[in-house]
Amino acid sequence: MKVRRLDPAAIGGIMSREIANFRTFWKGTTFSSVLEPVVYLFAFGVGLGATIVDRVDGLEYVQFVGTGMVATAVIFSSALPAMFGTFVKHHFQRTYDAILAAPVDVEELVTAEMLFIGLRAGFYGCFPLLVTMAFGLEPAWGMLLVPIFCFVTALAFAAFGIAVAASAEKIDQFNYVTTLLITPLFLLAGTFFPIDQLPQGAQAAANLNPLHHLVELVRHASFGLELLDLARFGLLLVLGLALWRLAVKRMTLRLID
Amino acid sequence: MVDTLARGMNAIELRDVFKRFGEITAVDGLDLTVPEGICLGLLGPNGAGKSTTMRLLTGQAIPDAGELTVLGHELPRDAKAARAEMGVVPQLDNLDVDVTVQDNLAVFARLYRIKDVAGAVDRALDIARLRERRTAAVDDLSGGMRRRLLLARGLVHDPRLLLLDEPTVGLDPQIRTQLWTLIGELRARGKTILMSTHYIEEAQRLADEVAVMTKGKIIARGKPAELIEQCAGRETAEVYAAPERLAEVRAAAEAEGLRVRPAGPAIAIVGAERARNGIVPEEAVRRAASLEDVFVLLTGEEAE
Repeated sequence: MKVRRLDPAAIGGIMSREIANFRTFWKGTTFSSVLEPVVYLFAFGVGLGATIVDRVDGLEYVQFVGTGMVATAVIFSSALPAMFGTFVKHHFQRTYDAILAAPVDVEELVTAEMLFIGLRAGFYGCFPLLVTMAFGLEPAWGMLLVPIFCFVTALAFAAFGIAVAASAEKIDQFNYVTTLLITPLFLLAGTFFPIDQLPQGAQAAANLNPLHHLVELVRHASFGLELLDLARFGLLLVLGLALWRLAVKRMTLRLID
Repeated sequence: MVDTLARGMNAIELRDVFKRFGEITAVDGLDLTVPEGICLGLLGPNGAGKSTTMRLLTGQAIPDAGELTVLGHELPRDAKAARAEMGVVPQLDNLDVDVTVQDNLAVFARLYRIKDVAGAVDRALDIARLRERRTAAVDDLSGGMRRRLLLARGLVHDPRLLLLDEPTVGLDPQIRTQLWTLIGELRARGKTILMSTHYIEEAQRLADEVAVMTKGKIIARGKPAELIEQCAGRETAEVYAAPERLAEVRAAAEAEGLRVRPAGPAIAIVGAERARNGIVPEEAVRRAASLEDVFVLLTGEEAE
């Protein structure tokens, strides 16, 4: 066998395992991916939009929330599955011991896990957008870029989740991460309210939030892209690359004695 | 059984290998060679360093010192190339339980870069005698079937070397016998096998040679019959009596230079054929010396 770094055959093999497993639970995932945005749009978009908020940033509130919820779907279908999935596969199922006994290294393992989560989140991330269309959002050509934006952001959050799982000793420790990091990222992304009306400090924090940049990219893809969006996309790419290297490093420390 | 000396290269070579985990030295200057074509039983009590040795051989543990070569590949540098030519059957079941039997095998055929995945899966199913359960989810298999599937997964790419880490630990006797039959067939086909175990009977039945490991190093090695002859002589006498009487018999035997070991409620006088008249009580049960005698004498641990 010719040994090479990041062998597509190894990465494909690991992804085929993910696909085989996903085939056993895709119905539940798809069901919640469709129903969740419907519930949110009824609660926030229709409920709040009809009673308290009418328009935000020149958009109907239901469309403002619907486009923003793409980012919510992405973080919850990438960071959380990466954290819990990686921890369970390592500590309880011992899946990684089996995979690393084959001609596969940790870098390929992490890359394959990230790619599968990225593809899945890229796909399911589009569901809120499709659901919002049923609530009156007009289709636009720019929306074709949304799966790519979701994929790249999901890669970064998948890498983050893997790095967290590799660093955690107990699954309970994830509570700190979800409460202190994921929830604030989700709330301060500009999904439910525009961040430019927040205090300066909160605005600065939101600008450091990758999820906010995804929200902006999705809204602009739906209503008109800007030159600054190129920088936003670049930022997400660089973040993904940095977190990928971190995840590989943390997993190597975890998996190789 | 093939004579070791008549064989070619070594499938495994470890020279003065150390592996420490903090204060604990799991592998302590280990020297071990496994010639191609034999089944070597790595026999040792729990905590002897067997599983760490297995992880060193797959590159999942990096030695602190020493040299490792597997199938001509230097480890850990060429671990990936070495793993391509070896199959590993782990101690713990790590199959994907919701996935079908054939999909579990197909994933690993792909990881081993097999071009004809379907053909490899069929061959592996035949080895494990699971062809009729190929579309069943692993969760629906019996314990024995799952173990056979684990073995089949390690063989899906027809490896030159097979590492079996405690292949029958925790299994009931019937399933263990099924596994032994399968391993025996592999051995007959000339596969090189390194099998760690703490079951004496397993080592005695399956291994061409046995290496006794304790505290991270090999303390004895040879064909089972040779080891027994060298370490335990020809005959062992087991004495069952009250504790006071056992203490008397033990003292007398040890004064004669004989080795005595605990054997459950009894004591076993090893090398009883060398005892002078009267040293071994008439009520003692005499039997041929066994690998268990060797194991207990060398490791100081009760055998399983």
